[in-house]
Amino acid sequence: MCGVCGCGEGEARIEGKSVHKHHHHHHGEDGHSHSHGDGHTHHHEPMAEHSHAPGLTQSRMVQIEQDILAKNNQYANANRHYFAEHGLLALNFVSSPGSGKTSLLVRTIDELKDTLRFAVVEGDQQTTNDADRIRQTGAPAIQINTGKGCHLDGHMVGHAVEGLELEDGGVLFIENVGNLVCPASFDLGEAHKVVILSVTEGDDKPAKYPDMFHAADLMLINKIDLLPHVDFDIQKCIEHARSVNRSIKVLQISATSGEGLEQFYQWIKLAREMALTGHPAQLKKQAEGNNNVSRAAG
Amino acid sequence: MHEMSLCESIISVVEQQAKLNNFTEVKMVCLEVGQFSGVEMEALRFSFDCVTRGTCAENAELKIIETEAQAWCLPCANTVRVTHRYDACPKCGSHQLQVSGGDELKIKELEVN
Repeated sequence: MCGVCGCGEGEARIEGKSVHKHHHHHHGEDGHSHSHGDGHTHHHEPMAEHSHAPGLTQSRMVQIEQDILAKNNQYANANRHYFAEHGLLALNFVSSPGSGKTSLLVRTIDELKDTLRFAVVEGDQQTTNDADRIRQTGAPAIQINTGKGCHLDGHMVGHAVEGLELEDGGVLFIENVGNLVCPASFDLGEAHKVVILSVTEGDDKPAKYPDMFHAADLMLINKIDLLPHVDFDIQKCIEHARSVNRSIKVLQISATSGEGLEQFYQWIKLAREMALTGHPAQLKKQAEGNNNVSRAAG
Repeated sequence: MHEMSLCESIISVVEQQAKLNNFTEVKMVCLEVGQFSGVEMEALRFSFDCVTRGTCAENAELKIIETEAQAWCLPCANTVRVTHRYDACPKCGSHQLQVSGGDELKIKELEVN
């Protein structure tokens, strides 16, 4: 366990390399052993005998009152700070496996890459298949393999972002591990969680996995081109989602046929404007716009 | 199974505290876990036993204080108890509830030697 960064010898890998790569010093066993110097042991030998006698152990209470997720939240806040500094819109895509996350991201990047700069962090237990698919669009992508882990955390994403070429004012897609339970609890520093639910799943999923739908700002109902073939009630699904999250926004899309995607793109552009508000990259763009206007007028 | 990573976080906090407060053995870890914290208690207990092995909290008792979830009902202006996120207000039946408690996920205290 590292005292500075906090990362243990976990199984998470970023493109085959351990997450546990450090730019700082390790405070391992050496530092600890200092506190048990010779003088120390001698002084306390009589006490040690006492404490081994039955019934005489002097236990005490240590009040902590510390949030268990505090460490993750610290990493997430550091990420959020980084994103804000660079005017980046970070979106955390969550869903069960097979809902069409990667297909949606690939199509979105393909259709918007002339106007927006994208980068992608892919999370899966194993393989770099998804990052490979994203790279075919020309966008930089990095794969995190969580090993046995069931979710991405703030720490992994922070390290993954270090290895990506992110442009100021761009859009970062984080594709979480396919899982509707655990990723709900782990903030990555994103602006919004986007939950994807495909019509080949049950329309009561928001009620079955309320934490995730509660944590998300946008729900995308995907694969609506398959609606004629499946028993999926869109209205019921939206009602279920609203009952756990009254302010959730809902869009119906098909990443295959393209239906509804224009609205999703509009949402991304608006969210990006929000992320960019007051950032130098936006002010520069405005200034260029003004110059163009004045040149045209002149 | 994110309970495993939660337990790893717990151990890292405990080990940090062991250095700060000079203790070498933990007899009891007391957590406060809200109903809406997304934690499965059985999985948490199971993971705790696995993760504490070989640490100063090996064989420590895990005490969990489960806190009930509460919500504020906008239409009838009452604080009510809820058990699920999709619950309606037990008093007026409205779904316009704002959850106001039950997300807690905290290490409260440790009993140490």
